[in-house]
Amino acid sequence: MTTKNAFWGFGLPRLEHTPLPVGSERLEAIALPQTVTLLHRRPEEKKAIPLLKTGDAVKTGQKLSLYGNADYVTSPATGKVVSLSPVTGNFGRNLTAVTVATDPQENFDGEFDAARSLLSLDAAGKFLAAVPGQPGLERLTDPERPIKTIVVCGVDEDILVVTRQHVLASRLADIQHGIQILKQLTGIEDVVILTRREAIQGHGSIGGRVMGVDPRYPAALPLLVMANVFRQEVPAGRTCEDKGFCFISAEAVASIGSAFSTGRIPVVKTLTVIPKDGRIRLAQAPIGTPIGAILKHFDVTIAEGDRIVFGGPMRGTAVFSPDHPVQPDTDAILVLDAKAAARTSDYPCINCGECVRVCPACMQINLLVRYLEAGKYEDAEESYDLNSCVECGLCSFVCVSKIPILQHIMLAKHELVRMRSTETLTETIDG
Amino acid sequence: MADKQKLIVSFAPFWHNGSRVTDRSLQILLAASPAAFFGIYRFGISALGVLALAVSSAVLWELAFTRVAKRPVSVGDGTAAVIGLLFGMMLPATLPWWAVITGTFLAIVVARQIYGGIGANPFNPAAVAVAILMLAWKQRMDIDSALVNYVFDFPAAFPLGAVKAFGTGAIKELSLIDLFMGRQVGGIGTICGAALSAGGIYLVLRGVIRWEIPVSFLAGAAATAGVFHAVDPLRFASPAFHLLTGFTLFGAFFLATEDASSPVNFIPMLIYGAVIGAIVVFIRNIGVFAEGLVFALLVGNLIQPLLDKIRPKALGKVE
Repeated sequence: MTTKNAFWGFGLPRLEHTPLPVGSERLEAIALPQTVTLLHRRPEEKKAIPLLKTGDAVKTGQKLSLYGNADYVTSPATGKVVSLSPVTGNFGRNLTAVTVATDPQENFDGEFDAARSLLSLDAAGKFLAAVPGQPGLERLTDPERPIKTIVVCGVDEDILVVTRQHVLASRLADIQHGIQILKQLTGIEDVVILTRREAIQGHGSIGGRVMGVDPRYPAALPLLVMANVFRQEVPAGRTCEDKGFCFISAEAVASIGSAFSTGRIPVVKTLTVIPKDGRIRLAQAPIGTPIGAILKHFDVTIAEGDRIVFGGPMRGTAVFSPDHPVQPDTDAILVLDAKAAARTSDYPCINCGECVRVCPACMQINLLVRYLEAGKYEDAEESYDLNSCVECGLCSFVCVSKIPILQHIMLAKHELVRMRSTETLTETIDG
Repeated sequence: MADKQKLIVSFAPFWHNGSRVTDRSLQILLAASPAAFFGIYRFGISALGVLALAVSSAVLWELAFTRVAKRPVSVGDGTAAVIGLLFGMMLPATLPWWAVITGTFLAIVVARQIYGGIGANPFNPAAVAVAILMLAWKQRMDIDSALVNYVFDFPAAFPLGAVKAFGTGAIKELSLIDLFMGRQVGGIGTICGAALSAGGIYLVLRGVIRWEIPVSFLAGAAATAGVFHAVDPLRFASPAFHLLTGFTLFGAFFLATEDASSPVNFIPMLIYGAVIGAIVVFIRNIGVFAEGLVFALLVGNLIQPLLDKIRPKALGKVE
């Protein structure tokens, strides 16, 4: 796909969600590496002491809850914990990296198998939160946001990423079983399977209504699916769950299905790998595998200035080290040559209006960006629809001045959330 | 993990469509050049002198101001050269050097940099400069008195001046084809409708300017002129005459479409163009000036922030 403007630039750029390449049925299996790393959320308190220590033995599929709260990670391998170290994630999130030296002799944890027949939804959430696809089952039990419809996403949210499409095409039995389990556990009867519009055939029998999504980027983003497919616009700043819709990736549903049919927590993640040549490959690797091991498998070398991105080119997150592990929600690894990666500038907005015309949320970005650059986030939210943003990145993609607009928007949203939580905190203390 | 490789990170999106400010400026310079060259062919070496001085002095004013104000040097983006060229194209070929340099000072420093530079100017800089010169040196900016020493093989009176002074009888001899092909007098780069239209259409097709503004501009001017012409055909010229004389085509394609001072939404663009087009004809027909396009444009620029309040409903916006 060419990303540059055509010579004749009349009309809008046309970026499309990438379809599953023909002949991609086979997944390249990445062997279990010598060490795997899991990222566990760390509580705010400075002195939180992990319940696990170096040298502890772990089994494949074992639930590792470090701080005795609801958070946990699932070990993808059998072996010994070799290190526990604090790391900082995106937007300053506190994480603890648990590194496990793997043992080729696999030994499965039996806790889930013993419990699966009597499971409730709550209990399932206690085992399945970190399975490939990251189902986010807690969204289904929130009493304040009752869910009416479960949406199984067989479409990928970013360009070049085909992971969910692949899962939908190749693991129908698991998805069917997963849907059945979800219906059973939640009592929700309405299940929708989202596919690309042209791939709508063949999914009718797996237990849900099938609906097609426009191939044009960014039609597959949940907020746009809500507006254009379900015709239920989500009010700005609210979530799909507020409207009673819960989007779960096809892979997560397949993971649930396979967990219940085999009694083993799935630990292998399907990945789209896009090396510098842009050819899409599909692979499967245990969660926790360092990206370096995957890139080595595909003979990708990383030079100075190259980017490694988790996710696709429009919405992904760059990682700073090839040691960074695959996580339950890592759908793609994109490697970009230093020359191919977009650069930003501090040039001012020239008011050309390209962003306004390309914005799927009809935001007045030319005006919004002036507020964001000045740090006036509350005004931006109030008068210029900051919360309508679906975070597709098209504004930055077309910006003539190369302003990092999406970054400004994300920062503004983050700062507003932070400001409000501090306010509530102060109020609670004062009150 | 001894040899920890640290990678450069950046924020999404990691792709860009490759558009650049410099490219847009180059496209505009390219699109304006046929009309500019036609002006040089028509008015000779003095026209070349005015254009060259306008472009170079605009660039130098920009450079000087950014140096003095300690702003990032921005002459490389070509926008100063564009303003200089567009300003020069509206001038009579005989304008003295000091007036040209004053004009580019007004355009670059007063109308643009003082407001914050690129993207921040509320008015079209070239139009501001021409408007001030028209008020300050009325004689020198008057086409008929400026070109009095030229000999042409076609009627040498400024068509808009003639129709204003003597009614439509004075322009009976002029054929529309001749006007379109540049057999008329006027500002250096504004006389050849064919070259201006070709340049403008090129810019629309390349995506540098949007079709809505020129089309609504021309439609607004034609409609208003049509009403006047229908009321009093002896006094007011036909719509086609208004479209092909003065700064009309130049203004529609090159002035009104300036990014910072024009709206970006569909309906506002249509209103903006139509309003300017209508005011142009009002000024010509019942105003003081034979050619008041720059004033009409400044009025359009003035209402632009208001027009951009008309906008589509954002996704999920709760009224």
